[in-house]
Amino acid sequence: MSATVETGNVASTPRAAPKRRKTGGFWRRVARHVMRDKLALVCTVVLALIALSAIFAPWVAPADPYKTSMIRRLLPPLSPNYILGTDELGRDMLSRLLYGGRVSLAMGISPVILATLIGGALGVTAGYFGRHVNMAIMRVVDVFYAFPSVLLAVAMAGVLGAGIFNSLISLTLVFIPPIARVAEAVTTQVRNQDYVEAARATGASAPRIIVQHVLANVTGPILTYASSLVSIAIIISSGLSFLGLGAAPPIADWGLMLNTLRQAIYVAPINAVLPGAMIFAASVSFNLLSDSLRTAMDVRA
Amino acid sequence: MTDIDNREPVSRDFDLREPDTREPDSRDRGGPRQPILSVRGLRKYFPLRGPLGTINAHVQAVDGVNFDVMKGETLGVVGESGCGKSTTARLLMRLIEPDAGSIVLDGDPIGHGGITLRELRRNMQMVFQDSYASLNPRHTATEEITFGLRVHGMSSAKARDQALASLRLVGLDPTVFADRYPHEMSGGQRQRVNVARGIALNPRVLILDESVSALDKSVQAQVLNLLADLKERLNLTYVFISHDLNVVHHVSDRVLVMYLGKVVELGPVDRIYRAAAHPYTRALFASRLSMNPAVRVGAVPLAGDPPNPVRPPSGCRFRTRCTMAEAVCAVVEPVLSDIADAHQAACHAVIPGSGHSQAEAIARAA
Repeated sequence: MSATVETGNVASTPRAAPKRRKTGGFWRRVARHVMRDKLALVCTVVLALIALSAIFAPWVAPADPYKTSMIRRLLPPLSPNYILGTDELGRDMLSRLLYGGRVSLAMGISPVILATLIGGALGVTAGYFGRHVNMAIMRVVDVFYAFPSVLLAVAMAGVLGAGIFNSLISLTLVFIPPIARVAEAVTTQVRNQDYVEAARATGASAPRIIVQHVLANVTGPILTYASSLVSIAIIISSGLSFLGLGAAPPIADWGLMLNTLRQAIYVAPINAVLPGAMIFAASVSFNLLSDSLRTAMDVRA
Repeated sequence: MTDIDNREPVSRDFDLREPDTREPDSRDRGGPRQPILSVRGLRKYFPLRGPLGTINAHVQAVDGVNFDVMKGETLGVVGESGCGKSTTARLLMRLIEPDAGSIVLDGDPIGHGGITLRELRRNMQMVFQDSYASLNPRHTATEEITFGLRVHGMSSAKARDQALASLRLVGLDPTVFADRYPHEMSGGQRQRVNVARGIALNPRVLILDESVSALDKSVQAQVLNLLADLKERLNLTYVFISHDLNVVHHVSDRVLVMYLGKVVELGPVDRIYRAAAHPYTRALFASRLSMNPAVRVGAVPLAGDPPNPVRPPSGCRFRTRCTMAEAVCAVVEPVLSDIADAHQAACHAVIPGSGHSQAEAIARAA
């Protein structure tokens, strides 16, 4: 809704004389749209808080996240000195959640970025050139796509061995096929538009057309889709940690914490649920934000 | 046929059929009598693939098309939907590869000792029908126009100047429109940007593929006047594809009629509109609605749909819907033949010695 109002303004305001204005105008519009969407704004704030607290965890955290204490195990939240209580080994929950955000966010974002670069390149290539190139790339992608993502991630992590780096690789491999598919679909759509034909009619080379005409029109949908994968990445990486294939104890990681606190769910239910709540907050925020991005990027809106 | 005269277009503020008194074009190579575009045996069959990717059949979209486009003229191309008009345009631009045939630009063949595809495309540009789809939604008007100039090696500052000049030429004030995105412009303004992009490379031929069909009538008239003006100023040659017979009558010097991937008739606009030789052309023009309500179209001029282009009829492709079809039409394919001065048709009924009874009658009368 706000987008229509915005467009109206743009159309009616006479522009200053031929001043160079790059495609940055588009991204500024997107940013403005997101700022006006209250829900998206809340999500942005939540994510920013989580990200900042994770980055500055060593300075923000009230205690050492690895310091155990046998006598202060499973203290309930709001205990003196332990705002969010302690875990099954007596470590400060708040500190561990802050440090855990580092691993979980990194595991949520970095495989998606890697997969977007690789899968996007594959998909755009397949979509633009079509025919045999498309066949070759997309059939290989389909083979990976045939496996359920969690199963594939578990299998990959199992083969590569436990560890944060290996689970990052397996998550990247899991996300390449869906991103490649989305990229291929939107590129196929764009490449059949008249403006691509017109660009070809000027005698431009394929890489030039891809960079200047295709990419500008496919990055929006691809990024939107990719941002919706971040929440899934956080959940799967938590799952891998939960299964002992990702982060290994004593590293603080939301998934791992969920796993170890599982046994305490009847004794200290709130403590056990806290890491899950963090995963929930982060992934829901990413999802809602990506929804808002999608509407913001719809040029026609 | 008298009602055609009543259908003279309202606007006559320009005349395309004036004798050419312009300065000689420095790009000209073969002199004014050499066709700027010479198309021979152009053919494109689109394969129809089965579920396993095997080719089951071919759509014969364009089949052995020959024609010349003279310098400075406007060649109108008409025909029903699916007759191969747009495919021909895309083949001329080499946006799709022809299966066979040659295109010669002012004496220079494309490839093999002639000019490159790039050079062809600098000399020939195209304006599409859909003004919105043919502009990149993420590009401003200037970015859209400079793209092609940059491709041909122009510096970005020079390209920008050229783009602004092109916008001015098509009647768009650069101070207002230079940085507008497609969704910030009206259909007519967008189509002007498309024309500006087409002429920015300073081409010699502009292919207009239904370029004004999607515009409403008043805007259409403006754009047509603009095109006529640009043609004079920039020494352009137009290939004007349209299904709007009135517009084609208004702008064309010669008209080419296509039916099911073949040229059935080609001639000066007045002959085609007044004395069409091919029964398909006659039926096509009979289907036009008159401005005079007293002259109503009673009988259906042509029944049925065009035949399947995958398996076109033997002999003459029009014989299945033709009222004059005879035995010879199913056996022998009529060749585009001269029937009068500069007027060609592909119909046995008007080709002397074809074996068609009407052709014999004409021959006896002569």
